[in-house]
Amino acid sequence: MAEDFWLNPWLPLMALATSMVAAVVIFALPEERHGLRTGVNLAASLLKLGLITVMVWGVFQGLEYRLDFTMMPGIEFVLRADPLSMMFAGLSAVLWVLTTAYAVGYLEYSPNRSRFFGFFSLCVASTTGIALAGNLFTFFLFYEMLTLATYPLVVHRGTEKALAAGRTYIIYTLSGGALLLLGMAWLYAETGTLEFTQGGFVEGPLTPSLAIIFALLIAGLGVKAALFPLHGWLPQAMVAPAPVSALLHAVAVVKAGAFGIVRVVNDVFGIEFARDEGLLLPLAWLAAFTITYGSLRALAQQDLKRMLAFSTVSQVSYIVLGLCLASPLGMVGGLVHLLHQGIMKITLFFCAGNYAETLGVHRIDELDGAGRRMPATSIAFTIGAFGMIGVPPLAGFITKWTMGLGALEANMPWVVLVLLVSSVLNAAYFLPVVHRLWFRARERDWPEEVRWGRLETMSWLLWPPVLTAAAVVAIGVLASFQFSPLSWAELLVNREYLP
Amino acid sequence: MMSWLMAGLLFTPLAWAVVSLLVGFRTGRWLSWVGMVLQVGASVALWFAVARESGFYYALGGWQAPLGIELQVDGLALTFVLLTAAVASACGLHAGVYLDPDKPWQRYFWPLFWFLWAGLNAVWLGADLFNLYVGLELITLSAVGLVALGGDAGALRASLRYLLAALVGSMAYLLGVALMYGQFGTLSLAGMSHLAQEYPGLEGAGLAMALMMTGLALKTALFPLHGWLPPAHGIARSPVSALLSALVVKASFFIAARLWLELGPNLGTLALAQLAGVLGALAVLWGSWLACLQPQLKQVVAYSSVAQIGYLFLLFPLTWGVTEAVSQQAQQGMTLQVISHALAKAAMFLAAGNLILSTGSNRVSDLAGVSRFLPFSLFSFGLAGVSLMSLPPTGGFAAKWLLLQASLNSGQWWWTLVLLAGGLLSAAYVFRIYRASFVEHSELDQFYHPPRRLEAIPMMLALMSLGLGLVAEPLLSVMALPFGEGG
Repeated sequence: MAEDFWLNPWLPLMALATSMVAAVVIFALPEERHGLRTGVNLAASLLKLGLITVMVWGVFQGLEYRLDFTMMPGIEFVLRADPLSMMFAGLSAVLWVLTTAYAVGYLEYSPNRSRFFGFFSLCVASTTGIALAGNLFTFFLFYEMLTLATYPLVVHRGTEKALAAGRTYIIYTLSGGALLLLGMAWLYAETGTLEFTQGGFVEGPLTPSLAIIFALLIAGLGVKAALFPLHGWLPQAMVAPAPVSALLHAVAVVKAGAFGIVRVVNDVFGIEFARDEGLLLPLAWLAAFTITYGSLRALAQQDLKRMLAFSTVSQVSYIVLGLCLASPLGMVGGLVHLLHQGIMKITLFFCAGNYAETLGVHRIDELDGAGRRMPATSIAFTIGAFGMIGVPPLAGFITKWTMGLGALEANMPWVVLVLLVSSVLNAAYFLPVVHRLWFRARERDWPEEVRWGRLETMSWLLWPPVLTAAAVVAIGVLASFQFSPLSWAELLVNREYLP
Repeated sequence: MMSWLMAGLLFTPLAWAVVSLLVGFRTGRWLSWVGMVLQVGASVALWFAVARESGFYYALGGWQAPLGIELQVDGLALTFVLLTAAVASACGLHAGVYLDPDKPWQRYFWPLFWFLWAGLNAVWLGADLFNLYVGLELITLSAVGLVALGGDAGALRASLRYLLAALVGSMAYLLGVALMYGQFGTLSLAGMSHLAQEYPGLEGAGLAMALMMTGLALKTALFPLHGWLPPAHGIARSPVSALLSALVVKASFFIAARLWLELGPNLGTLALAQLAGVLGALAVLWGSWLACLQPQLKQVVAYSSVAQIGYLFLLFPLTWGVTEAVSQQAQQGMTLQVISHALAKAAMFLAAGNLILSTGSNRVSDLAGVSRFLPFSLFSFGLAGVSLMSLPPTGGFAAKWLLLQASLNSGQWWWTLVLLAGGLLSAAYVFRIYRASFVEHSELDQFYHPPRRLEAIPMMLALMSLGLGLVAEPLLSVMALPFGEGG
């Protein structure tokens, strides 16, 4: 693609607009036009994937895509594609295709699908906006939009429990948004800019107000990233339908928080400034604590989705911890986990949804013998679980290995200990589930079994987890290939930070 | 050309008011549609004329002040004229379908509507205190009449209460005007500002200022003088509530703001400025809190108005004794807040009217299942709610951002807490409505679908309020001299 191709500045906006337009079209379609709606959904997600692919290629070649206009005096709306934004946008585009397909199957025969898919598309649009935001203000805009777009998805079922979860969710996230806004307004009053800049735009020395701003921004983002003690909403939000949980955990909400923390540390404060002024160490401790705490809570859960939720609390903090190491390999490990965790976790949630929809199983102790009844799903689940534990050569192993090396490089050996403890805990809560799947015989009937033809479940539900599980293997085995997540994270760190 | 436009702008509302008094509701509706087109056309044309050149003073009928009536036609005034045209037309179109033409008293809707419009334009353009008073009275009397159109005993009671409060407010204001005249010998705002600068420390002017401010605060329903607003706005028919919340309370605030910006630097005190700010802050918190507790949908929206009006009064501390740049930010924030609240609140009341029409009940708990059956009106309500919560990219956010900057830059950080808490509390009452609409009841599937047009109008307003933040920059540049002198 040519350097000065006239369409270039518009590509980020087009990527954003595909999901926005899809949302509007879906809202406008009558409830009973299921076929057309599925078509619009899939077409939009594929189109978006195509646009993102073009931009990934361009960014790899060193192009920059940028669109901006002034909204308010001094405040610009900026969309921009750089390696970091491509990482997150790519993740959301790929997983949107799969989750859409999954959701089509999952929600067949249920009411209010027009509303569901409309907000679903808005949710993906927000994620894309977050990824492509070129300044803190644009980021905030889409960050808040994400909150509003996910609320109807969380309360989708309209039950008491769902409404209560939605209430908790909205209280947490809007309060987080308010902290973020305060931090952002203060930052602007202090520095006069909000534009994400390589190496950060905050200039030393560290004043108390800058330290408070940093704390406000991290707290505001930490709510969505489910950092302890701001994680309370996440396990409750599990009442949402499975595709929503999958998307919330893998791409949209928690990742938006983690991605925001990466942006604030790297492009607002600058990683070296933050490290040298001692801002990162407390954050590293908090992340390490959250990793251990989430795993311990996961051990105690009986409900499969709740267990996965606490596992997310733990895993997302890997990203933050890797970032806080502030050494090249540590950052690579943290950033690559942004993708790895997404793909592994979405696999696990898809599988949990399949057990619930096909067999009526929600609790871990009801899973005995599910491996025989649903082999493909169970293999996918096992791969996801092993990946989380960090079994070589799966994706999770790559993360933990790189981060471990990074910790040694940064001279923070205690982090290696955290990684080891966490892996043991991961094994302690995932292996019993795997054991039940494969090695326990079935003695009772399934709680609510549904049969769909020859396959173990509906094909819309079957293929997404199989594909993501294959990806978990592939990105681990092929980690050193040119466009693997690992290589991209290395490119990013080499090009942008810590040269 | 310009004078024709001005004449059209000022005289159509009065002429239409008189003519529609003579005909029934249905004929009045036809006439009013024509009138709205004329008004919107004149406002748009004038706005662009001023945006291209600059503001000017316009002497009505060629008579110069002090004998004649002089009007101050600047970017800010015309933006409000345009806002009025947009919101009033939307409410008028909605009312034409929403109100029941067979009730005999509804025929008075159109005359009152047009008198209200005339009064509003007079206030935005007025350049001296007495003309502002006349405009204000015209607004008050027609607004009270519109509330009474609800037709039942409750509506009458609410409108009488409103009338009483408004008259007390007018008295206080008029007394202040008289004292001012005694002190300065002129009623022109510009002249007074000039004199106050030349002879600082005038005894009595401070008292006059305080009297006028109190009267206007009562008419604007500033906490703790807000008691009359929720019953009146809650019980009026929805298009009327929309007019009242969106425009009527803004008129008295507009006068207060102009007085403050012209005379405040010399006659105001730090205590007065902070007092207004504190009352505004209390209004934000108290109004939002009560909005969260109301069992009735329209009362929620009405209390939300009390809260949103509170933000406006932060103008006083944020423009007193601060640098020019901060004052500018505060004024811009305030202007955007007025505009975005007008659009969002009108959208909200009209959408609430549709929801009530559809469920047949004003109770929040009866909204169960509405998200499935009336998603369009609910969506309009929601989008307007986003603006009230002041999330980006709405006009509400742009306003809040400027106010946050003004308070941080002037070192008055405590207002930032009010702004943030207000945002969260407004989210609480808006989400309470969403939550009710997401509840699923199997037995409650009886809904009436209002006509499409009724659903489209609030959506348009909500989208305008949503998009306001995106065009804040060009809009603010037209109002380059907010509350300032014309060219």
